[in-house]
Amino acid sequence: MSKQLALVIDLNVCVGCHACVTSCKEWNTSGEAGFLSDDNPYGKDPTGTFLNRVQTFEVGEYPNTETVHFPKSCLHCEDPPCVPVCPTGASYKRAEDGIVLVDYDKCIGCKYCAWACPYGVREIDEHQKVMKKCTLCVDRIYDKTLPESDRKPACVMACPTNARLFGDIHDPESVVSRAIREQGGYALMPEWGTHPANHYLPRRKTEVRLHEDELQRFDNPLKVDRKLPKPAPGEPSLDDVTTW
Amino acid sequence: MRPAWSVILLTTLLGAGQGLFLALFALEQLDAASVPPAFAAGGAGVALTLLAGGLAASFFHLGRPERAWRSAAMWRTSWLSREVIALPAFMGLLALWGAGHALGASRHWLAVTGWAAVAACVALYVCTAMIYACVKFLQEWHSPLTVVNYLVLGSASGLTLAAAYAAMAAEPLAGIFALAALAATVLGLVTRGAALARNAHLRHKSTLATAIGVKHPRIAQISQGAMGGSFNTREFFHGRSDAAVRTVRRAFLALAFLLPLALLALGFWLRVPSLYVAAFAAQFAGLLAERWYFFAEARHPQNLYYQAVA
Repeated sequence: MSKQLALVIDLNVCVGCHACVTSCKEWNTSGEAGFLSDDNPYGKDPTGTFLNRVQTFEVGEYPNTETVHFPKSCLHCEDPPCVPVCPTGASYKRAEDGIVLVDYDKCIGCKYCAWACPYGVREIDEHQKVMKKCTLCVDRIYDKTLPESDRKPACVMACPTNARLFGDIHDPESVVSRAIREQGGYALMPEWGTHPANHYLPRRKTEVRLHEDELQRFDNPLKVDRKLPKPAPGEPSLDDVTTW
Repeated sequence: MRPAWSVILLTTLLGAGQGLFLALFALEQLDAASVPPAFAAGGAGVALTLLAGGLAASFFHLGRPERAWRSAAMWRTSWLSREVIALPAFMGLLALWGAGHALGASRHWLAVTGWAAVAACVALYVCTAMIYACVKFLQEWHSPLTVVNYLVLGSASGLTLAAAYAAMAAEPLAGIFALAALAATVLGLVTRGAALARNAHLRHKSTLATAIGVKHPRIAQISQGAMGGSFNTREFFHGRSDAAVRTVRRAFLALAFLLPLALLALGFWLRVPSLYVAAFAAQFAGLLAERWYFFAEARHPQNLYYQAVA
């Protein structure tokens, strides 16, 4: 089976710091594909083109709520609905690694692919007038001039809590496949049959299991010396019958 | 979805132009002697003008119109690409058919170019409609009714236009076109009404729970990652109140169907063909509103991710 590169995002450890957003913007606005336009960056209604965004949701009803920080970028679907609708062939899915890309020199800016994406992860560049989207930092992950440990998407490099994993989900032994398999990785909007390559790891409750012998101190809980046990907790102990 | 005027004009102008040709060609097939060649050639000219206007409007939808020539490339998969091929093909065949009338070509030539133009015309209706109907998660559009409505509403407006054109250029023909326009408009009211009824009871498959993958009935967005809006908030929301959208629906039902029906019937009954011109003006304005509503009504699942700014 061919390669399918993807991100696995662990919602259990994402703290919503937006470091992946700024790192993504920094890398992708500086590349040879050109800048990612912004308007009013310091004005009243700042807006711009981003390939990755972190959103925040509140689950439940006060006081039993949980805050979910939710990074959202192109999911590099295995059956991407945005690709066949493109009239020029500018949108395509690479056979060799499954990355969905836009050829910015062929894009006519008709926005049909954005209509055909249920996740809203394609954004038109309002100044270059072409569709932009996450490239999985394709200009970085194969760059032989970088140390091998740096050949990862910029967002993955930036994440301070290691909430973003990167790898080949078709390789059963990759870090991402293992995470999906062992930590309940799931896909977004499975109802549309797009088979997103990116997966999310669910929030997990951290529970402390306490056993009685952890609450009560027992000097010799297994009674290996066959001596009589200590008095029961309610009974007088040595401290009650003597003084120091 | 945010209705784009370029696409509204494209689809309505194309529909009327195609319908006008179908009306002229149908009458010619039924009774060739009754259609003066100059009338048919002029009608082809009117239809071509409308199609050219629609084509021009479509360029305003593109970010990089200078690259529009590339858009015919993916005809194997993209209905938009197929439309890009069908439109000039139809315009070319229509021009040949119109020129045949203007230059007094043989009946054989008119039949060959005419029937080929009919095929291209129907293909163009289907391509235009399938651009919308093929997007499965835009559930308001993902229905055979979308194709039916583009076909029927385009033909109805074309027939009304044929009646209006005949009222000015060949008055004896106006009555038959008006009767056909009446029938097509009634049919359009039925099929468009069926689409409205279907969409009124639509259950959207995507919810916030499937959008972020958290199994809980109560999920509220706190922030969408940007304060000043983004492409996602501009392209996929029409930004009008529900009341405004309902007003547009009432307006298009009155303007595209009820008023033209009344004007066509009155014009036919009182033998005042000039009323057909008013009927077409009303119907075209109504179809502009209808197309606006068509876009505004569609709820894109990506909107689930853009419910609250901060």
